[in-house]
Amino acid sequence: MSERKEVWITGIGILSSLGEGLDAHWDALNAKRVNIDDKRFAPYIVHPLAPVSFDAQIPKKGDQRQMEAWQRIGTYAAGLALDSAGVKGNQEILGRMDMIVAAGGGERDIPVDMAILNGYLRENSGPVFLNERLMNDLRPTLFLAQLSNLLAGNIAIVHGVSGTSRTFMGEEASGIDAAGIALARIESGQSDIALIGAAQNGERSDLLILFEFGDFNLTGGYAPVWARDKDRDGFALGSAGVFLVMESREHAEARGAKPFAKLSNVVSDLAQRKQPGAVTKSLEALWPKLGVSAENGALITGATGVHRVTSEEKAFLQQHPGLAVRSTGTIFGHTIEAQFPLGLALAALSISRGALFPPNDPTGFEVEKTDAPTQIVVVGAGHWQGEGMALVEAVKQ
Amino acid sequence: MAPPRDKFGRPIVVVTGMGIVTSLGAGKADNWAKLTAGESGIRTVTRFPIDGLKTTMAGTVDFVTVEPSSSTGLTERLAEIATEEALEQSGIGRKGDFPGPLFLAVAPVETEWPQRLEVARAIGKSDFEVQDILKISGGGKFAPYHHRFMFGSVASYLAETFGTKGSPISLSTACASGATAIQLGVEAIRRGEADATLCVATDGSVNQEALVRFSLLSALSTQNNPPQAASKPFSKNRDGFVMAEGAGALVLESYESAVARGAPILGVVAGCGELTDSFHRTRSSPDGKPIIGCVRKTLADAGLEPGQIDYINAHGTATPENDKMEFLGISAVFGDQALKIPVSSNKSMVGHTISAAGAVEAIFSLLTLEHQRIPPTINYEVPDPAIPFDVVPNKARDAKVTAVMSNSFGFGGQNASLVLTREPI
Repeated sequence: MSERKEVWITGIGILSSLGEGLDAHWDALNAKRVNIDDKRFAPYIVHPLAPVSFDAQIPKKGDQRQMEAWQRIGTYAAGLALDSAGVKGNQEILGRMDMIVAAGGGERDIPVDMAILNGYLRENSGPVFLNERLMNDLRPTLFLAQLSNLLAGNIAIVHGVSGTSRTFMGEEASGIDAAGIALARIESGQSDIALIGAAQNGERSDLLILFEFGDFNLTGGYAPVWARDKDRDGFALGSAGVFLVMESREHAEARGAKPFAKLSNVVSDLAQRKQPGAVTKSLEALWPKLGVSAENGALITGATGVHRVTSEEKAFLQQHPGLAVRSTGTIFGHTIEAQFPLGLALAALSISRGALFPPNDPTGFEVEKTDAPTQIVVVGAGHWQGEGMALVEAVKQ
Repeated sequence: MAPPRDKFGRPIVVVTGMGIVTSLGAGKADNWAKLTAGESGIRTVTRFPIDGLKTTMAGTVDFVTVEPSSSTGLTERLAEIATEEALEQSGIGRKGDFPGPLFLAVAPVETEWPQRLEVARAIGKSDFEVQDILKISGGGKFAPYHHRFMFGSVASYLAETFGTKGSPISLSTACASGATAIQLGVEAIRRGEADATLCVATDGSVNQEALVRFSLLSALSTQNNPPQAASKPFSKNRDGFVMAEGAGALVLESYESAVARGAPILGVVAGCGELTDSFHRTRSSPDGKPIIGCVRKTLADAGLEPGQIDYINAHGTATPENDKMEFLGISAVFGDQALKIPVSSNKSMVGHTISAAGAVEAIFSLLTLEHQRIPPTINYEVPDPAIPFDVVPNKARDAKVTAVMSNSFGFGGQNASLVLTREPI
């Protein structure tokens, strides 16, 4: 093995419930703005996507029509990231760029599903009814608009990212592993530059149903993550597309690209959560692997607000009382696959702006931090499984 | 003894265990016997009614059933069966304690119709809306369905059952998924992160909606009778692929670690490569450049010239588009030799196992090396003059095979190839 290469984050693209782009997000974070809709899916709460004209990053209407909302959000954010890194349209680089997308699937055609379910039960039909209705009612292109690897496919088609293309699945853990594998490939010289990220549309009744099976949805009104408790826990689905361009320092320097920050480490685990305390233990075991040099730094977590997980994460955080903690769940809701990429993006953004954004927490668990952060830890603990951490640091020039 | 590193100084990656399930049967012995006898596993679907469907056959694995029935449940069980076989052959680790990470190729997951209907029935009124479903979904009554229909559920089950280390990675690169899982395993060993990786690819998703979806894309063969003759790769009268189920599992190890523990060395993953096609969601770039690039990258990764490949295990789906593009790509790289190298498609017999195909076909490629016998392309009665491959028509053939290329080209522009050899090169 040759020496590990330093990996920089040179591009950030965010489209979310707070708007699009880095300035809009920085302003919203500093204004402690949160965008929720508690009417449309009441009693459930979602963070709706801010108004956006997709034409700016997906110029062909035909391409937009071939995508479901989550793919449009992701393809848009990927375009922002490529712009931010200054590689948009650079065929030489895009043609050898790695892409790792953490993906779920797309939204069902709810009216079609409802008509089928009602018809099936009303007429006490058998499976033949299902064949007929599916053959007649499913839009042929819907399949591709839902298919997990077609977010990456659309990014390739729209933006020309066409080196390698891998789609990881598996909820929150897929976002952690996308960053981890891209980092490992670049550090070891298997790759020079990568685009990683994820997207979620939170305004989806089919997702609400899936999470309701496990009683994961927040009800009873919005509350910041640390104010949720055993009696009122869970998450509000968030809407966000988050992509990062990562590259080796030498590759970035050769093309004159400036870093937002460097990504020093990504570590992950699959705790056996049947045992109480497993998440706390897992995070404790990951912490020393990160290489954090000071206990008075900053930490951005995607804590979901699901009590049995977040309470264990909080127990871990309480062992590091010097850390200034920020919760993305409070601000953006839970963005599942995008949870970890969002944490990475906000960590890199904060380091590049020389400040951590202010706390947004009436319980006082999140404390002010006035000095410029040089290290920010990103934590992701999945709502049902998967734990990970990353260390984002200021680049030493 | 060969040096433990390849010509690029990387750890050599060998295969020390393989397990397979397809519509032909469970296990390497059964599959290989039937595959080389030119048997088809394609049959008329009996799992659900076929009335009203344009395509009524598939390569279903009917000898494995799960309760409660779901495609994701079957997908998980197939992976488990294949993994057990691979681990037994490899003899690595201890039961429930595999000393490395898991890379799993698996189909995207969503709530399925039987479960949707069960929840809808519980509403207890007619003319309900989606809000009515939401209202009764919580409270624990359907709690197992959250778990079942998480994308990470199959990997999580396998990781727990076999004790793989770290965060298991579930991935989808459509029809190339199986090859991608192997590629991720190879890369981890080459980086020195692991001495062993478990690479599994599985697909049990022949259900009504999945069949209809591919049917609506006009991707499936409609030559339903007889079902065994439907899959006709490289034939002029080919008209689409046949959906199928299966799983393949491979234990990959560094050569050094395999030799140190006296493990069986079944073959070498000498090279892997991928290149994305940004042309269209379901069609290949007409100039074939991404396929050509993928094949060239893979040869370069293995450090081989085209002339050193003795057999190509084709993607060979039997769609009009794929087979034509595959010939274009292979002939661009291999030149005149493309007409001489045997190129056969396992999919003529087992159908297209989609997410599993890359691993299933890598295993068949390794068995080809082991037995020095090339499985045929069956149903080859009407050659396509535009595809003058030697497809090993209808009958298996003994041959000297030292290096095999296995190709996977999928929806979303996903191209991945592997080079497998018997010995380290």
